[in-house]
Amino acid sequence: MSDTFEAPSISACPACIATPSAVERAQAAAAARPARIMLSVPDAHCAACISTVEGDLEAMPGINSARLNLTLRRVSVDAEAGVTAADVIAKLATLGYPAYELDPGQLSMTETDKQGRDLLMRLGVAGFSMMNIMLLSVAVWSGATDATRDLFHLISAVIALPTVAFSGQPFFRRAWAGVKAGRLDMDFPISLAIILATGMSLFETLNGGHHAYFDAAVMLTFFLLAGRYLDFRTRAVARSAAQELAALEVPRAIRLLDGVEDNVSVADLKPGDLVLVRPGGRIPVDGVVVEGQSELDRSLLTGETLPVFAGPDLLVTAGAVNLTGPLTVRVTAAGKDTSLHRMADLVAVAENARNKYTTLAEKAARMYSPSVHILSFGAFGVWMWLTGGDVRFALNISAATLIITCPCALGLAVPAVVTAASGRLFRAGLLIKDGSALERLAEVDTVVFDKTGTLTMGTPEPQNLGALSAEDLGVAAALAQASSHPLALSLAQAARALGAIPALLEDIAEVPGHGVQAIWQGQRVRLGRANWVGAEALSVTASYLAVGPRAPRAIEFSDRLRPGAAEAVAAFQAQGKRVMLISGDVPGAVSDMAARLGITDWQAEALPQDKSATIEALQAQGHRVLMVGDGLNDTVALTAAHVSISPGSALDAARVASDIVLLGASLAPLPEAQRVSVRAVQRIRENFAISFGYNIIAVPIALVGLASPLIAALAMSVSSITVALNALRLK
Amino acid sequence: MDILAVLIPVSLLLGMGGLLAFWWTLKRGQYDDPEGDGQRILRGDYDDKPKG
Repeated sequence: MSDTFEAPSISACPACIATPSAVERAQAAAAARPARIMLSVPDAHCAACISTVEGDLEAMPGINSARLNLTLRRVSVDAEAGVTAADVIAKLATLGYPAYELDPGQLSMTETDKQGRDLLMRLGVAGFSMMNIMLLSVAVWSGATDATRDLFHLISAVIALPTVAFSGQPFFRRAWAGVKAGRLDMDFPISLAIILATGMSLFETLNGGHHAYFDAAVMLTFFLLAGRYLDFRTRAVARSAAQELAALEVPRAIRLLDGVEDNVSVADLKPGDLVLVRPGGRIPVDGVVVEGQSELDRSLLTGETLPVFAGPDLLVTAGAVNLTGPLTVRVTAAGKDTSLHRMADLVAVAENARNKYTTLAEKAARMYSPSVHILSFGAFGVWMWLTGGDVRFALNISAATLIITCPCALGLAVPAVVTAASGRLFRAGLLIKDGSALERLAEVDTVVFDKTGTLTMGTPEPQNLGALSAEDLGVAAALAQASSHPLALSLAQAARALGAIPALLEDIAEVPGHGVQAIWQGQRVRLGRANWVGAEALSVTASYLAVGPRAPRAIEFSDRLRPGAAEAVAAFQAQGKRVMLISGDVPGAVSDMAARLGITDWQAEALPQDKSATIEALQAQGHRVLMVGDGLNDTVALTAAHVSISPGSALDAARVASDIVLLGASLAPLPEAQRVSVRAVQRIRENFAISFGYNIIAVPIALVGLASPLIAALAMSVSSITVALNALRLK
Repeated sequence: MDILAVLIPVSLLLGMGGLLAFWWTLKRGQYDDPEGDGQRILRGDYDDKPKG
């Protein structure tokens, strides 16, 4: 903004050119301005958390204030310049709260906040009017006559008219939009009932009539607004969850320009640029290695856990993680052209199929809307004929019918059930991103798991350290300590846990892409890839240890199981669901994992297309598939499945593709979540049955003209309260 | 029944009062973090930076 604003003033004031540019000064000031940092803290849940988080953060130098919002599980930090989000995240990590940075720009939320407050205000106005009119109506029901009744009706009208005009707006607007688009949805019968009831009552009041339905009209507005607000809340939470996830990762790359390193956004890279990828960094583009040697972890792309060697002229794809040495990559495709983005096209195709899902509420609305209109106009026509053209009487019956077929089960009960269920799931650590995901989750009969990163943590653990002699173990531990390769890190940690004493080594050197070597008691020792140490490569992930001239020993690694994985698989199997494991990893590793978890149905070396093809084939047979996955290779399958879940540690592309995100590390809440969703759908069906039952009794009463305002008010409040209570029964 | 002339305006005024109070709480953002506010009131330590 400062650029466009300052530019004309420079030309208008020649002296300004001599002084440092106002634009530059403004930019410098912006950089030094105190920052507002927003963090997501999913584990904050109690009163003690407030004290710990806020107290400890405020004790940090440079932080003015910190405020934890327990409902949204976010902390907003008001910090001086120089304090970065990374500092705050590190501090929170020492307190035991994992935190994720959020982009405050993405989360401004003002529009959503305004909409929510607007709905709440309309709800409040309707509530207060409803109470006042109800008091006046009680007097009329208990026998007020003549002038008193007319006066009370008149006062009710004075309260009801502005209320309906203000609080009914959300329905009127949507109904009008629906009419213009040529469809009749729920809002049309609602608006018609409110307007017809209010109009008829006003006419009756001015003509000294006996019946006025102001209370019913305002009550209908109130109950339906309550449902609308709950629905809005659920969707706002889901939307902010999606925004939160989108705000998590900002892709950046180091561009080499004439040997100078430059930190740029991935979007600014062009083919032909040189990009430096440091060890531990993710490769941001498709390209060719120009310089350097390293190993690449492609598990997020392909699911294989075995790192591959990378040297000059190797083609690399975006998304792989560089492990040991720095690599210089010449860009062949960046941004939208990368293989990573081409995956997005496949996802879009799969998405189209899923958007065709109609929720229970939509199905019910499609039946409800026309039948209500037919009933009401039918009643009008029949009574016109019976009474010989008494428009006033026929309209009264017609309005009473519209009111008494209160669509509260649709408008209030479904949102209430969904709110109760998603609240329960949120407490269990699941974020629901899509409203219909709950219903789809309830229909699941087959569960497909990905292996790497989903059933496992993606961190390897050495398996056969016990088979090594104490001497070899000491050498291996000492060599492993010298490297930051994930296998070496894990080996060093495991050796320490076994109490191994690292051997004294000389001339330790890490050879990027191959391993670590050193001199031990005059002999050369090496720990690294099979062909480098001169060993026969095994089919499982392994590191090889060569001590002097002796035959190299293999140290096998396997992935650590994600906590709760075994329980989740067992629980799904106990529920009678078919559990499958589909992975891009080698058959040996996949069959091991399947055996460990008791899964008989597994598939290895599956490409992304294979995964989605398997799922589509299952769904073509009539199965409903839940896909649980985390990697890029899973995104198409996640979208193709009936419903999908990804762990919070998954890549952003996978999280975006899935309907539900698991916030914690454990998979254990999954079967419980499925059970809750089945119950929720059951409650929704019960509520439809209840309101259908009410209508069977109430509609004939209205049609024969016996529905007094008292009966209408009773029927509406009893049915609304019953369905709301039934919704809250969800445990 | 003359009492009605007093009671009806009084009940309407009370209702308006409640509505205004609700509008004020909404404006002040008191529904932004219901769970946190419920927990804060039970804390032992003094909240020396209340939201305001």
